[in-house]
Amino acid sequence: MSPRKAPRPGLVLDVDASTPPVLFHHGENFRMEKLPVGRSRIIYPAEPLRGLIDPDQAIRDALENPIDSEPLRALMTADMKLTIAFDDISLPLPPMRKPDIRQRVIEAVLDIAAEVGVDDVHIIAALALHRRMTEDELRHAVGDRVYDAFAPSGRLYNHDAEDPDGMTHLGTTNHGEEVQISKRAVDSDLTVYVNINLVSMDGGHKSTATGLSGYTALRHHHNVDTMQKSKSFMDPPNSELHTKNWRQGDVIRNAGVKIFQIETTINNNTFGETGPLSMLQKREWEWTGRDRAKFLAMQGGLSYMTPSARRKVFHSWKAPYELTSVQAGEIEAVHKVTTENTFAQHLVPVEGQTDIMTMGLPYISPYNVNSVMNPILVAVLGLGYFFNLYRGKPLVREGGVLIMSHPTPWDFNPVHHPSYIDFFEQVLADTTDPHEIEKKYEKQYAEDEWYRHLYRTSYAYHGVHPFYMWYWCSHALQHLGQVIIVGGDPKAVRRLGFRPASTLQDALEMATDTVGPQPTITHYHNPPMLMADVK
Amino acid sequence: MTAVSNYRAKVSQRLAGTEVPLVGKLRKPLQALPFPYTAPTVPQTVEAPEKQSVTGTNFPTDWARTEPARRTRAVLIDTMVRPVMAGLAQPTKRGMDRLHGLEGPAVFAANHHSHVDTPLLLSSLPMPWRHRVVIGAAADYFFGTRVTGVLSALVIGAIPIDRTKISRASTDLARDLIDEGWSLVVFPEGGRSPDGWGQPFRGGAAFIAQRTSVPVVPVHIEGTGRILRKGKSTPTPSRTTITFGEPMYCDPDEDARAFNDRIEARVAELADEAMTNWWDARKRAHAQDTPLLTGPQTATWRRVWELDADRPRRNGPKSRSWPK
Repeated sequence: MSPRKAPRPGLVLDVDASTPPVLFHHGENFRMEKLPVGRSRIIYPAEPLRGLIDPDQAIRDALENPIDSEPLRALMTADMKLTIAFDDISLPLPPMRKPDIRQRVIEAVLDIAAEVGVDDVHIIAALALHRRMTEDELRHAVGDRVYDAFAPSGRLYNHDAEDPDGMTHLGTTNHGEEVQISKRAVDSDLTVYVNINLVSMDGGHKSTATGLSGYTALRHHHNVDTMQKSKSFMDPPNSELHTKNWRQGDVIRNAGVKIFQIETTINNNTFGETGPLSMLQKREWEWTGRDRAKFLAMQGGLSYMTPSARRKVFHSWKAPYELTSVQAGEIEAVHKVTTENTFAQHLVPVEGQTDIMTMGLPYISPYNVNSVMNPILVAVLGLGYFFNLYRGKPLVREGGVLIMSHPTPWDFNPVHHPSYIDFFEQVLADTTDPHEIEKKYEKQYAEDEWYRHLYRTSYAYHGVHPFYMWYWCSHALQHLGQVIIVGGDPKAVRRLGFRPASTLQDALEMATDTVGPQPTITHYHNPPMLMADVK
Repeated sequence: MTAVSNYRAKVSQRLAGTEVPLVGKLRKPLQALPFPYTAPTVPQTVEAPEKQSVTGTNFPTDWARTEPARRTRAVLIDTMVRPVMAGLAQPTKRGMDRLHGLEGPAVFAANHHSHVDTPLLLSSLPMPWRHRVVIGAAADYFFGTRVTGVLSALVIGAIPIDRTKISRASTDLARDLIDEGWSLVVFPEGGRSPDGWGQPFRGGAAFIAQRTSVPVVPVHIEGTGRILRKGKSTPTPSRTTITFGEPMYCDPDEDARAFNDRIEARVAELADEAMTNWWDARKRAHAQDTPLLTGPQTATWRRVWELDADRPRRNGPKSRSWPK
């Protein structure tokens, strides 16, 4: 095997006459687009950082030498109540190849617990108001050994934020935000939280204050006002969402809940350096003949497949992510290191804002793993996630235009997203104004008994979840002058309040209504993940 | 009228040398297709990517050691190469008994006169080495193009070896294969003899054997230069002799250079044995009087003269040939 070259940092390319057409993700397909010469630029992500050579040893080292904490072994006693909570199916994206990092970390923690002789151990998927994980998904995350040892006896389970006996109210912050988390975590002598940091938004107090929480606490920061003040929520120091989570974290700590945080970062190796999708993380002018042949063959094959077959193929992809760092100990000290490590992979320095930002949205978002990417999730992936992947100031200027490429089908998974269907049909048909939606409809959906029942017993996202998705778009909606979706279902796009366009050229033409002639354009070549450090 | 004027235009283009060739005409519509149907252009502000050559030492040969390729090669060697060599080279094999105690992979190091050496040695190797052996072949010659690379890898199980230097890629590949149980045939002279005499041995075989702690089996091939010497394209049938020597191990305190000298000396002794007889060759070896493989260091014509004078004749009457 040839030694890997040192990874190159991200790149901002000024488009010239020799720039080949650029790849746009387009759901379960792709588009190759030419950008106007002389006024366009493309931001390419950094190449994958090298993974740790021995991840298991690195994990053991982190547990033995934690930051601002005693070693994990010293925190355990035989007669203690131990809870291990872990990030749910929304991380990482796409799901990673086996063994999942969570499995490695949980096995290392359990090894120590077994050595100490701890009997009372519970393992909880910290999914807040997300859908429950299926057995297959749990097995993939924690591994068969852990699943078989704990799940049959009911000691490995999904968090249930609507269980009246399973949640504990811990008080309020000095800003009046209520704090409520899992009763098991509160009653435990130690809660070990196992995190995967895909983006800088993840981790820290958000792991427990959100992941093990419920609607009572979440509504204090998952709201329009907080989102519009978070600029951006990918930049924790400037994120109101994080500020509120941190305040709630203080209340949890002051209530005596002891948490040992284990955070991990992964590299950008989303599509692999070899294999059928490797060209998707290469710069276009570096595509070899084999890359082009693979791409053309893939597009040819996809054109003969039904949407559901295409979805099945793409969702079967497991990313060969590698662990780049692991740190454990006190939440805030750990998270500081984690954030730096995440930025080391993702940040790309960019000079100045742009009039038009373009992006190709892929087939997956945090909320449609093994599911349909419905129009609301298309909106939140573009306006909530990708738009907010900046530090400093937004990549697109205030009043600018965002052009997204995605088929945006009028299609929902009724098992996973039942309340999304009603939200789309009833709420968005009435208004797209986040403030009005929040005021008029949120409570009704959040407290709906049927949605609550589906969340607790089926595999449905909570009734209030589509509202949160729309709120996550609210900073972008407030900032942008216009949103255009290329290649989307026109009816679905209009329902979202956006403008449909058939081609990128049409969309650029339409954008001039808002930003004037000869606008500057910046394309976000994502995924693999990148974050613009805008000066 | 139009046809006539078209014809005249074509003739004038041809006379002026501006006519577009047929290949160009066919390629033109393809070039009009956009990326990714055609190769991408490189933006002016970035450095053009380094082209990773898939020929030479980078030529992939893993596929040629898969079970189907191995079986294909074994069938080719046993049903085609061996009969052809039996007719063309009429080989006499000597010293096979010296390999009786040998187990596991080994490096076979032989002198090199002709392209016939490879198929002859490959078909003459005893089992089990015959079907689990790779040939160290000049990367620049045998793997210079994809076609020759594929044929070399499939038919003779060749792996690319950089003959200009001991390259890391070549030695790593050879070491990995030996670790996997493959034996290796190397021609340490680095190329065919230009004049019938041998060339100094290069250190690759000794270096690999030293690093992998496997024995080197010295081999001398006599007579293939008469069949198809360098520069000749039509083979002439002739008798050949292949002499295998005792497996040699690198001493713990011996460096690769000294080991290489020992291998070269041993092949020279085998050459002497093939040309004369074992007893005389042994006596000269003990007296350190074994003729060098590289021949006398004199004028070119005298080297050729000397070569012909000493060779036993099996094909027709003894005669001298003037240098050509």
